[in-house]
Amino acid sequence: MRFSGLRVLREGLTGNKGWAPHWRDAEPKAEYDAIIIGGGGHGLSTAYYLAKNHGMTNIAVLEKGYIGGGNVGRNTTIVRANYMQPGNSEFYSHSLKLWEGMEQDLNYNAMHSQRGIINLCHSDGQRDAFARRGNMMIAQGDDAELLDREGVRKYLPYLDFDNVRFPIYGGLLHRRGGTARHDAVAWGYARGASDRGVDIIQQCEVTGIDIENGQVRGVQTTRGAIKAKKVGIVVAGRSGQVAAMAGMRLPIESHILQAFVTEGIKPVIDHVVSFGMGHFYISQSDKGGLVFGGDLDFYASYASRGNMPMMEHVMEAGMTLMPMIGKAKVLRSWGGIMDMTPDGSPIIDKTDTEGLFIDCGWCYGGFKAVPGSGFSFAHLMGTGNHHAPAARFRLDRFRTGRGIMDEEATGSQHNLH
Amino acid sequence: MRIDGKGLIDRSKPLSFSFDGKSYRGFAGDTVASALLANEVKLMGRSFKYHRPRGALTAGSEEPNALITVGKGAQQDPNVRATVQELYEGLVTRSQNAWPSLDFDVMAVNDLAAPFLGAGFYYKTFMWPKKFWEAVYEPIIRNAAGLGALGGATNEDDYERAYAYCDLLVIGAGPTGLMAALTAARSGADVILADEDAVMGGRLNAETGKIGHQSGAAWAAEVLAELGAMDNVRLMTRTTVTGAYDGGMYGALERVNHHTGKRGGGAPMETFWRISTKQAILAAGAIERPVAFRNNDRPGIMTASAVRSYLNRWGVSPGKSVTVFGNNDDAHRTALDLSAAGVRVAALIDSRHDAAIEGADFPVYTGAEVCNTGGRKELESITIRTTSGEQSIQTDCLAMSGGWNPTVHLTCHMNGRPTWRPDIQAFVPTEGMIPDMTVAGACNGTFSTHGCLQDGAEAAKTALAALGKKPADVALPEAEDAPYTLSPLWAVAGKGRAWLDFQNDVSVKDVKQAATENFRSVEHMKRYTTQGMATDQGKNSNVGALAVLADATGRGIPETGTTTFRPPYSPVAIAAMGAGAQGKGFAPQRMTTSHKASLRMNAPMIEAGLWYRPSYFPKSGETNWRQSCDREVGYVRNAVGVCDVSTLGKIDIQGPDAAALLDFCYTNMFSTLKEGRVRYGLMLREDGYVLDDGTCARLGENHYVMTTTTAAAGLVMRHLDFVTQCLHPEWQVSFTSVTEQWAQFAVAGPKSRELLNRLLETEIDNESWPFMACGPAKISGVDGRLFRISFSGEHAYEVAVPARYGAALFDLLVERANQMGGGAYGMEALNVLRIEKGFLTHAEIEGRATAFDIGMQGMMSQKKDFIGKTMAARPGLVDEDRPQLVGLKPVGAVKKLTAGAQLYPQGADAVANNLEGHISSVGFSPDVGTFIGMGFLKRGRDRMGEVIRMVDHVRGLETDVEVCNTVFVDQEGERVRG
Amino acid sequence: MRIECPICGSRDRREFYYQGAAVALDRPAPDAGEAAWDSYVHLRENPAGETRDLWHHEGGCGSWLVVTRDTVTHAVHKVELASDVKGAMS
Repeated sequence: MRFSGLRVLREGLTGNKGWAPHWRDAEPKAEYDAIIIGGGGHGLSTAYYLAKNHGMTNIAVLEKGYIGGGNVGRNTTIVRANYMQPGNSEFYSHSLKLWEGMEQDLNYNAMHSQRGIINLCHSDGQRDAFARRGNMMIAQGDDAELLDREGVRKYLPYLDFDNVRFPIYGGLLHRRGGTARHDAVAWGYARGASDRGVDIIQQCEVTGIDIENGQVRGVQTTRGAIKAKKVGIVVAGRSGQVAAMAGMRLPIESHILQAFVTEGIKPVIDHVVSFGMGHFYISQSDKGGLVFGGDLDFYASYASRGNMPMMEHVMEAGMTLMPMIGKAKVLRSWGGIMDMTPDGSPIIDKTDTEGLFIDCGWCYGGFKAVPGSGFSFAHLMGTGNHHAPAARFRLDRFRTGRGIMDEEATGSQHNLH
Repeated sequence: MRIDGKGLIDRSKPLSFSFDGKSYRGFAGDTVASALLANEVKLMGRSFKYHRPRGALTAGSEEPNALITVGKGAQQDPNVRATVQELYEGLVTRSQNAWPSLDFDVMAVNDLAAPFLGAGFYYKTFMWPKKFWEAVYEPIIRNAAGLGALGGATNEDDYERAYAYCDLLVIGAGPTGLMAALTAARSGADVILADEDAVMGGRLNAETGKIGHQSGAAWAAEVLAELGAMDNVRLMTRTTVTGAYDGGMYGALERVNHHTGKRGGGAPMETFWRISTKQAILAAGAIERPVAFRNNDRPGIMTASAVRSYLNRWGVSPGKSVTVFGNNDDAHRTALDLSAAGVRVAALIDSRHDAAIEGADFPVYTGAEVCNTGGRKELESITIRTTSGEQSIQTDCLAMSGGWNPTVHLTCHMNGRPTWRPDIQAFVPTEGMIPDMTVAGACNGTFSTHGCLQDGAEAAKTALAALGKKPADVALPEAEDAPYTLSPLWAVAGKGRAWLDFQNDVSVKDVKQAATENFRSVEHMKRYTTQGMATDQGKNSNVGALAVLADATGRGIPETGTTTFRPPYSPVAIAAMGAGAQGKGFAPQRMTTSHKASLRMNAPMIEAGLWYRPSYFPKSGETNWRQSCDREVGYVRNAVGVCDVSTLGKIDIQGPDAAALLDFCYTNMFSTLKEGRVRYGLMLREDGYVLDDGTCARLGENHYVMTTTTAAAGLVMRHLDFVTQCLHPEWQVSFTSVTEQWAQFAVAGPKSRELLNRLLETEIDNESWPFMACGPAKISGVDGRLFRISFSGEHAYEVAVPARYGAALFDLLVERANQMGGGAYGMEALNVLRIEKGFLTHAEIEGRATAFDIGMQGMMSQKKDFIGKTMAARPGLVDEDRPQLVGLKPVGAVKKLTAGAQLYPQGADAVANNLEGHISSVGFSPDVGTFIGMGFLKRGRDRMGEVIRMVDHVRGLETDVEVCNTVFVDQEGERVRG
Repeated sequence: MRIECPICGSRDRREFYYQGAAVALDRPAPDAGEAAWDSYVHLRENPAGETRDLWHHEGGCGSWLVVTRDTVTHAVHKVELASDVKGAMS
């Protein structure tokens, strides 16, 4: 069924009786050409692009819970292409371009809104670092503008410019950055993949990966064994456990990242704004809630819930930066499980097992990567070759030290991002 | 309508307040909702999506409809529950999310378009043309969305955060919580009893049943008086426990001054508490659930218990002719209480055919359902469906009850899922969901007063046993022990829209449509319809919606599962949880001993981590910072300059294995350093990248003083702790940070020794104190330390004295320097001086640089192991293609360099694929006469003399630059030894 | 979240810095080879369940601690001084 304003009108006039499932719930078949483990944003987009770009339609997405139940539905919905390190820069640039055509491509309104992102800086050194980042963004073909203090004031007059611990020196404006309705991205890809023949199988947990003579043969699941020529692991938050089924140890620690949303209020924040002297980033959803987050809770965890110290730290940052939001009330907090790699950048690669591929390590940047990751991972799975924009996301870069993408300059060892 | 003789309000204290500009009267003890109902105002708000007229649904914090705005400007507080906001004299409130008025709201047109605005409609449209989303559709949606508005002004109110500790936290002060607290308190436990209400007692204040010989409210007051007099008890009223966290930590919000509206006087508006407890008892009660039927949302329709609360606690009847509709015996009480109070009960409708009620002096319909209602801005009639057909009843208030949902929320905060109990058709907490928490009373599915009292006492005994305390004997008072029976009733069949989530306008149809569209998982349904995502977090609608979904998908309720409740229990202001951080409070402020002197000299202070440091010291006649900076550079190059360098980390290291520690932490050797000498050292992280650099002085055989950069002081301290505890606990070495204990000043320039010799007890010369010498020195009578080190390439010293002498010494040094044609210099000059000499800061060693990159591969000792040695040898870290540190000077038409600019080969387009490096630091060198800089360039060390392109896209600057040595001044390095 | 420091007693999580898996105690010899070092610095068991990790009582006594805890429930089972654990390893 094609969605359109006319369709909404017609259904409205006829009692909304004609709506159909957005995607099919399929029963597992005995064998597929390819299996995607993980029905999150990345897994669903991988399936979609495998079908669309590589003509592979005899494929299944296996999801242990419900699709989109992981980080794709638990983030602060920010979409941007403002990376500096070679590797990340071209990948996120490509991903943003996919975002820009996604809704028409999927025929699904994910409310991708390019409302602009402003990263604030609070020292000369930080401003220079932002200039360097902005220069890379432009060199990559994306957009960036360096704002001085007055330039920031023009866009964000509500910030505390006067009596503040870390004065605002300026900011980096990325106009094509913005937000999207996170759940809709997963549903849109699910629908697109399903329409192209992909089997989406919920409540189907993978319990083992079958490997013979270094070649993947299929998977064991809670709904029986399924054979497959190719298997892709796309299970952010559980990457270590699933990779272990194939005898792999990953350069990943799992951490919690909390996020917060307030009660709905009338529009006060038009952009995505981030603080430079403490992790804090905020935007306002179309529904009116302020959506914001901060840093990791900083201890390995699979609990998908956080604790008060980081929660309060995030609120503190909000209060020092924009004290006009003080009376907005936090309605809900939640946590996602982040695959943290040593250098803070992701992995899209083959494994030592023939036919087994892995897409993981998105740290806290996975949402904006949903289209790009699926596109590039599908390319790798479909053709056996790395897709150029993601060609640096190698698993062995830590061992060799080649191509480390340490975006935050905090090292290529664990727990510093 | 106020009812004489009822309620706990103080009728001797009348208060006036306003709502939407109109003045009303109420009494002390009223909430805005009770007072408005007393004034026969039922329309209190508009729903989120369809702007349907709404009144209070409840009498508590779970209220989804009656959201109001209190105050104006910086004090403006949106989305306040009228059912919670206590009245005070002069309270100003107004409705929200309606234009031009609550009574006539233009946006109510949405309700007419409802067929087109059902669940998830926006995912299916607004996609064409593409640009219209940001330009047209989204702005319209955004402006229509949202509830109340923030004032827009900077917060001016005080908020606070505090810690509290106890043996036992009792959450909720109804019969269960009171009995639990009393039992535990009499047994000697340190107890905190917290309740969100202004008056403790819970339902006891809203019911007519007796405890022993007295009213429930009187019993509660008696218990509270006893508890209040005990030293081991803290009663926290108006305090909502908002979250359960790990290790017995609970978050709680105390609303300190919302009930007075007073500002100032030291008391905050709110305090956010972090409560650390050994044991907890959840006695949070239960919340009555509505029934879904057509038009069940009209003002005047509320839960049956809310009607009882208004009647018994506030002496208000929400209607003159009330109807009651329920599926359980509990709802009958509402009809009986109203009737006893003299309010006309038009009908009691019970969906159960076998329902029995004693003493009813009003019409009773059993086996009947309410299937529609009439009236728009307030309820006028209901339609009931009985076995004999439909009939209409005139009524202005309908009390409804679909049964009770235990308040399980806190027990779900650690990911636990509650358990379905078919006998009460409700979820109850699963045991052990929160460690060290006992659940008791109504929130555990025990609904009679007697049962609650007993549960509370038992829970206290469980907690006391865990605390190792013997429970005191507390007699259980007599109370009603009525059984709770109901038969499930979630949604009354029929056409039209039957509301589940009142605020978000989610109807039974929406949930069914979601299921049709394959949003069959409860999480999918919630996200697709937005049910449960309103300000009540689904407290009123979750179970009902779940039941409808279960029905639509042909599953049972337990199989369908629940969504998770997440903190906070009820919304908490950002200002409360972030209290204290506004303005300068976000981070500590560290000041050096020369801070005041710098301010006196009008130096603009800049933030360096947590420290403040002077940027430059302006002199009269100077019109920009560059003039000051050039002058200060000149002091150091030509005379003598003084600079406070106390912010650098200083770590005092002593012990027989001090040298071993340093050899292991630095890439180069320190065991070979002679006593009385200083050496520059480079430290790596274990991943092989540069961690920090600095000097380290050997003061004695087993005594070193390490200097770190300002930024890395804490990091290095932690690193040393790690090495000595986790890798080499056998080493005999101790160290401590002495950053604050010593004030340290650089005295730099050709006249530096001359200046110092006028202050030192023992004069020095080049033989007694050569370059890189160090040792104790008495300066102006104070025992200090003298280091001959230089960050400017000039003949220079750093002199350290105990911090208490810092201010005096700085003044003295600056005064003497002034007399010698020099003076104080700040960060700007310091930066130029170090760039002229190619010295590094964190602009260069920014976390991604290797020793190879910065040309210090020769400092990596081959003779020993050290942290980072192995990983630094990874092929990728010593690749010849890596960007290498070089000096840069402009040779194009534009004579300016900028930090952050990119480096490209001549003739290459400034695009990512051609990028070869970037500029890390720049400064204007008075010596060289132009801007100079440092940067990282691919194979840079082999490209000396090459002219390349600098492009700064974001600053619109481009020029040609020549690659050169990083040392611009005194390349032979003679001055430093002079 | 609270951690029982063997020296200071039960303290709020805010006082502690988290480092990561206690594998960090087992530093390979410089010549242990690429695989051993890759394993030490990068690869992790990353268990969903009981784990041992290192915390630094930075806002207290400065002790490094080996904490045995559960990454799913956040329950803390045991806290030891890292120097004791390391001492017992050699």
